[in-house]
Amino acid sequence: MRKASVPVPLHMALFLPWLPSERAVLAKAVAPDVPCALIEKQRGALRLVAVDRRAARLGLTPGLPLADARARVPELVSLPHAPEADAALLGKVVRLCGDFTPMVAPDPPAGVLCDMTGCAHLFGGRDALRGEVARRVGMLGLTARVALAGTGEAARALARFGGEDVRALPIEALAAAEEVRVALARAGFRTLGELMAQPSAPLAARFGSELVRLLARLAGAESQPMTPHRPPDPVRVEMRFAEPVGRTGDVLDAIEALAGQAAVLLARRGEGGRAFAVRLHRSDGHVARLIVETGAPTRDPALLLRLLRERIDSLADPLDPGFGYDSIDLAVPRADRLEERQQGLTEEARPAGQDMAGLLDRLAVRHGAGAILRLAGEDSHVPERAGHLASCEETGLFDPPPPQAGEPPTRPLLLLDPPQQVEVLASVPDGPPRLFRWRDRAWRIVRQEGPERIAPEWWRRADGHDGNPGLSRDYYRAEADSGHRFWLFRHGLYERETDAPRWYVHGLFA
Amino acid sequence: MHGDSILATSKSVRRGADRPAPSRADVPASSLLPLGAERVDAELGGGLKGDGLHEFYAARTEDGIGALGFALGLARRALARDARPLLWLRLSRGPAARAVPYGPGLAELGLPPNRLTLLLLPDGKALLRAALDAVRSGAPGAVLLDLEGPCPLLDLTASRRLTLAAEETGTMVLMVRGGARPVPSAAHSRWEVAAAPSPLREGDVPGGPAFALTLLRHRGGRDGFACTVAWDRDGGMFRETERQESEAPASLSFLPAAANDRKAG
Repeated sequence: MRKASVPVPLHMALFLPWLPSERAVLAKAVAPDVPCALIEKQRGALRLVAVDRRAARLGLTPGLPLADARARVPELVSLPHAPEADAALLGKVVRLCGDFTPMVAPDPPAGVLCDMTGCAHLFGGRDALRGEVARRVGMLGLTARVALAGTGEAARALARFGGEDVRALPIEALAAAEEVRVALARAGFRTLGELMAQPSAPLAARFGSELVRLLARLAGAESQPMTPHRPPDPVRVEMRFAEPVGRTGDVLDAIEALAGQAAVLLARRGEGGRAFAVRLHRSDGHVARLIVETGAPTRDPALLLRLLRERIDSLADPLDPGFGYDSIDLAVPRADRLEERQQGLTEEARPAGQDMAGLLDRLAVRHGAGAILRLAGEDSHVPERAGHLASCEETGLFDPPPPQAGEPPTRPLLLLDPPQQVEVLASVPDGPPRLFRWRDRAWRIVRQEGPERIAPEWWRRADGHDGNPGLSRDYYRAEADSGHRFWLFRHGLYERETDAPRWYVHGLFA
Repeated sequence: MHGDSILATSKSVRRGADRPAPSRADVPASSLLPLGAERVDAELGGGLKGDGLHEFYAARTEDGIGALGFALGLARRALARDARPLLWLRLSRGPAARAVPYGPGLAELGLPPNRLTLLLLPDGKALLRAALDAVRSGAPGAVLLDLEGPCPLLDLTASRRLTLAAEETGTMVLMVRGGARPVPSAAHSRWEVAAAPSPLREGDVPGGPAFALTLLRHRGGRDGFACTVAWDRDGGMFRETERQESEAPASLSFLPAAANDRKAG
């Protein structure tokens, strides 16, 4: 009888040398054919944190001050370093490696470690596996160096420094402290093979026992168990009833109990739910779904119940319990980090912003999230672009220039969308307006200021300035004899752009 | 044009609907929001109730923007002494949908855009309900209801609910009504707002916002007085302007250069 053979340990390491710069290219933040670098403020100066292939070929290295790099490569494009985005992209690679083996762990900042013991033959051997992994990662738009070795440390070192033999790697491949590496270099060691040839006792006495352990792992004599990355199980709680439940009060009580259980699960993970899905299974097989979303992570059962009541009230067809519900379950499809916060003893300790977020959540459940808007705008001269309404969900700073002291408003309180065409009497075709007819009434203008000429943004058009750049607008602030103030514009410059310019009311001043 | 008839309506309404007004003494001075214009504040007995309901009726349909501007000025003053934000509820259908609040313009009135949340709702029912929810929650410091056109649901009961909630949470409720006639309500004050010529500026250009106000009703205070105020954005306050000043002779407004010459010579 043969003994079952123990599989030979095999580890795979991926190293993504250009991860930050390739992420920038994927995010379309930079063109793929220019040298670019990711920068961060370190020790009071902007320094390169990561460079792309082109920049590296031009001699730029991480750690270089940005000013020096610019002096060497004037066309260098610099972007802020975003470690969180890099980690998110690395998570994608980790999930991809899950197709090859269940034992995968990220090796931040730019690596992945996999335990491939007993898996390689499934993919046609070691070389085929390496090629397949590199191809799959390449489809994500990333460059990966893949190495296979008996231990994770050895594979990691080979992926970073290349080659087939750990013994040929330089001392820098050792994952030891900087001073240990410097000391080894001063002692005359150049490769790991020279180190491994030494007896371990003197090495441990001179450089510490950690070095001996690292060498043993690199040589494959000792293996370190890895902790695989596992996606957390979704939060889901369920309640089944011996008898169908039909009364709304009972159903809500059951949901509250479920919310309490879910809150315990979420609190254990340090998370709060952003979306809650309740399913009510009726005894005849019908399933009613209630989904509420919150603007901020929460695990407060009372708040969840309030949102659910709002949701039930706003349903077009009210919940019909029929013969009652057999079971109710509650799932949390989306959760975010929520730290435990110290509760204040007094009412005043509650921040005002939190109240407003709670109110907006309730209003969004009842009236739809699209009803809640905030003021937004871009840096543009065209009035419609300079200020518009945006969904409350979007975050973006809207910071219009501060008004000039002592000057009346130059922009209206309400903007007519679209602008309304009016008949205007002006003394000369390209002069200021004197009288106009709007809303079945003639408005005689007694005071006006203008024109403020706003040219069309031809650079946003497909064919640019040469095609049809659009018409300029001449804006006038006009006050009628009744005291009403308007924002009028003439569309097109007389005789230069059009022969019969039209007039529009575009806004109303208070 | 029914601007002139509003006074008469409100007088007849008062006899039937209002209960005896509480005396001014029971309103603590700290909760009063002064307009900033001294004579107007004196007439109001110190200012408007900071945790009350105030109505702003447009004198004519086209004065809706004036009523809105005046209410926004008051909201700006309320925000200046309260850390809570402003919630502006507006109809998303009907004539109101043709004009949208404009951020750069609001910023030029002195309202910080990041402290304003806008809620667009399809009808008066949803708007009143959302407003009541908002006022009861106490999260916003001021709630502005911008209701154009008639709203049959807005009756004495609805306004009474808003008043009670406002007092409970210390929220200022500003109700802007355009194209509507006053109905009985529990509001603490009711104003009729019309556009007024802006304060004169050099070069004869239009100035800042100005409003012709008539105080139709004031619970526990004097009413029936009229004034013209202009909004001073830099000071964050209203200033009274002289009515006569705006009615300058026509020749002056058309020939400013000639007028200057005469003064100089």
